[in-house]
Amino acid sequence: MSKARWIEILLVISIVILGGWAYQTRQVSHTNQTITAVGSTALQPLVEAAGEDYAGQHLGTFVNVQGGGTGTGLSQVQEGAVDIGNADVFAEQQKGIVPSRLRDHRVAVVGITPIVNPKVGVSHLTTKQLIAIFTGRVTNWSQVGGHHQKIVILNRAQGSGTRTTFEQYGLNGHRSIAAQEQDSSGMVRQIVATTPGAISYVGFSYVDKTVRAVSLNSVAPTNQNVTTNHWKIWSYEHMYTGRQPQPLATAFIHYIQSAKIQKTLVKQLGYISISEMKISRDGHGTISQVGSSHE
Amino acid sequence: MNNQLKKQLLKRSKAAKLERLGKSVSFLALMLITVTVFAIIIFVASKGFSTFFSNHVSFVDFITGKNWNPSVTNAKGQPEVGALPMIAGSFIVTILSALVATPFAIGAAIFMTEISPQRGAKILQPVIELLVGIPSVVYGFIGLTVIVPLTRSLFGGSGFGILSGTCVLFVMILPTVTSMSVDALRAVPRYYREAALALGATQWQTIYKVILRAATPGMLTAIVFGMARAFGEALAVQMVIGNAALLPTSLVSPASTLTSVLTTGIGNTVMGSLQNNALWSLALVLLVMSLIFNLVIRLIGRKGAMSK
Repeated sequence: MSKARWIEILLVISIVILGGWAYQTRQVSHTNQTITAVGSTALQPLVEAAGEDYAGQHLGTFVNVQGGGTGTGLSQVQEGAVDIGNADVFAEQQKGIVPSRLRDHRVAVVGITPIVNPKVGVSHLTTKQLIAIFTGRVTNWSQVGGHHQKIVILNRAQGSGTRTTFEQYGLNGHRSIAAQEQDSSGMVRQIVATTPGAISYVGFSYVDKTVRAVSLNSVAPTNQNVTTNHWKIWSYEHMYTGRQPQPLATAFIHYIQSAKIQKTLVKQLGYISISEMKISRDGHGTISQVGSSHE
Repeated sequence: MNNQLKKQLLKRSKAAKLERLGKSVSFLALMLITVTVFAIIIFVASKGFSTFFSNHVSFVDFITGKNWNPSVTNAKGQPEVGALPMIAGSFIVTILSALVATPFAIGAAIFMTEISPQRGAKILQPVIELLVGIPSVVYGFIGLTVIVPLTRSLFGGSGFGILSGTCVLFVMILPTVTSMSVDALRAVPRYYREAALALGATQWQTIYKVILRAATPGMLTAIVFGMARAFGEALAVQMVIGNAALLPTSLVSPASTLTSVLTTGIGNTVMGSLQNNALWSLALVLLVMSLIFNLVIRLIGRKGAMSK
């Protein structure tokens, strides 16, 4: 046999061995030790922090958290490619997802508030005014009691959970006119802070001194008001699994839902604990008192 | 003894074996690249065409429609997937940035090759190489913190828009166009220069009447290369253009490009849904455009070669 032949055979053998090894390790880590959670970037910090905690307490376990967006998370978990799909919206609200194939686990609540550039001179609006602004009927802040300044609308990308929630509960289902779009809340805050006349919306945890959160119909955007549904623009953070989830994935989700995480991490990271909610809302927006009916 | 000699002569020599190995390895590498390229084209095309075949969106509506709202259906019961604002945005920023970058690039290239080759090589070459190496996110970030506020204070509006996008792309494609123009100018045979100078032409006359003209095909290639890069650039443009799916009305109104809509939208859609397919159709448009850019480059090259 020629030398070249030998090299070829050697190459093939080593590729087979490497491939087989990769396949083997994939199997082992997949079934035993790793949970993969993919999806919403709004929920990512919480899952990452909780994942580190969980891995610290359960040696040999590894929680792999990736972003990618709500759509990615839901479609990947539906296909069975990942264990957990993180989402800002109900599976019912996402096109192309069959909700009956997934199991919903709510792990936190996020309040969303309109924010404006501090120099527009407006700190409260009515829902009617908000709809008028985002549908383009009002184009100057002086029309809603502010300074003479053109309104600059800033949206999140189409299909983002924050935008879906805002349009559904903040604009009562009206769609925003086509305007600037940004794909992250941090970017939105920075642009609102620096652009005169800008208005947008972010989760409560993103509000800081550089922007002004606007109260709606004289209700202030506070966690307290979210728990009673007086502040209507909020959404659950969901962790979806398949109908028959992996035991480890279920255990991890229960860990996030446990009182310990809900009282510490959830609050530190600016979410609202699921246990504080006095009402609950289903995928169609129907409100019920907690305790009277339970999921 | 005879037998042994026969064996030795009939056996493949070491050099022949090496030759075979080298040829097969390079052929394999070629195959791998070809297969990858075709796989990508087939994948993008099958995904991109499904908007028209499985979701039954009319192709004309897709190219000429002005509303981009894939999750909403319009009066005719068709989803609103008008890609015209993005296509227009991509073309406008590409052409504008090429228009702005070309004079600077050619000027720098002339300086580097004709006027002061030594100083050019010492100062300009490293600068250009540095510019090529800066990651696009850095350009985008600088655009966001410097150019956007500057446009806002100079021209009003929000500062996000075609103008800011053009500025960022100008800096990004400048090194590509410059270094390729340098190559084109260097390729002009020395006897062209000698002949022109011998006829009594000044240096500038030589540059203007002889060298630039001889190097035109090469420089056109350089410009098209720059345009291809500008057309495909995603991150830096996305950060400064505002990403509004609106037909641009002015240079300072927010607009969007094919790439910026793709990068912001892809994570929020579900594989196989219309929203996702529509984005793939945008990707297909991008791919087709880059193929066209490549064809143009080849055509220019062939034409230039013939005229020599």
